[in-house]
Amino acid sequence: MSTPVTKPGFLRQSRWNPYAVGAAIGVLSWIVFAVVDKPLGVTTSLTGLAGACAVPFLGAETVATNDYFKAHGFKWDYGMLFLGGIALGGLLSALISRSFRIEAVPSVWRERFGDSVVKRLAAAFLGGILAMFGARLADGCTSGNGISGSLQLAVGGWTFFLTLFAFGILTSLVLFGTRGSSKS
Amino acid sequence: MFVSLAPMHLLAAVTPPVTGSTALFASVVLGAIFGALLHRGGVANYTVIVNQFRFRDFTVLKIMMTAIIVGGLGVLALNSAGLANYHIKAANMLGVTMGAAIFGVGMVLYGYCPGTAIAAAASGSLHALVGLGGLLVGGTLYAFSFPWIARYVLPVGALGKVRLPDVTGIPALAWFAALIAIAAVVFFLIERAERRTAAVRAGEAFR
Repeated sequence: MSTPVTKPGFLRQSRWNPYAVGAAIGVLSWIVFAVVDKPLGVTTSLTGLAGACAVPFLGAETVATNDYFKAHGFKWDYGMLFLGGIALGGLLSALISRSFRIEAVPSVWRERFGDSVVKRLAAAFLGGILAMFGARLADGCTSGNGISGSLQLAVGGWTFFLTLFAFGILTSLVLFGTRGSSKS
Repeated sequence: MFVSLAPMHLLAAVTPPVTGSTALFASVVLGAIFGALLHRGGVANYTVIVNQFRFRDFTVLKIMMTAIIVGGLGVLALNSAGLANYHIKAANMLGVTMGAAIFGVGMVLYGYCPGTAIAAAASGSLHALVGLGGLLVGGTLYAFSFPWIARYVLPVGALGKVRLPDVTGIPALAWFAALIAIAAVVFFLIERAERRTAAVRAGEAFR
């Protein structure tokens, strides 16, 4: 029926068991809490980068006098380097497992909205604006609130996690309906 | 034992063992491990994330629930042993609820959350890369809406830096026992459903 396939070594496998990955992220959070004395998070540091990138568009004066950017200034600190680390890790992981692929329009999107690259990129850009605005309003994203907040049993973390899922499900119903393929 | 979970634990000052440039180097390494785990976990993939919300792929839920339980028990133990501080964010209920709702809409439209987007852009996703620009614009829009939001939104339902054990009186270990029980049932049902789907597909392929 099927030809025997040699399973690639652990480091070259393109996917790892999701429970093992979850447990490893849990262990990683122990290290971050104990060693760096910070929660695992992404968007707080991304705010500083947003301020730095806004300077050429809005002027240094406008950004420097903004209270929120004042409190979340750009620094090469733990959080910012952690973001650089995520990019490095994602790149190395993709190269080692030979799964680096240039993707502009994913299959699930194409089936529903066609293969226009401009349309997909516009949706991703708009989605990015909403995701970051929401994450700042909630003071954390899937990492800072959803994982780090929830694992500390923070009321805000669990409120975020459950509300995010509810609205994600509603949005996917509106965008994709209930039909369509499930291939990944 | 980890019985006493009074808010005083939040104030316990633990000095991190690693500081200065060592900590900065450590953060790149820790970030790289996180990025690699997101990529190999499959969540740096648009389809995997969107299909979670369509109940066609449960990878996101499996990873998040396992991370919360394993991470939570470890941090609870470290904190009880005086080796780690909690870092609780203020539960501004209106802000968190509205923020999570907007985030949920954005995450499905984008197909990534900020962390997975960085890993995805680094592994070749062009739309993840363009969406990172959106994240930066979103952050800037928030910064300039902040005075209004801080005045009218954040104070509504501001409960402070509270944990579930503080507001319910139910101890942390009982919460984790309940989470483990829920996760065990949910994971069992997911795995059973996935085996059935796989069997149906194999049957179709055979025909």
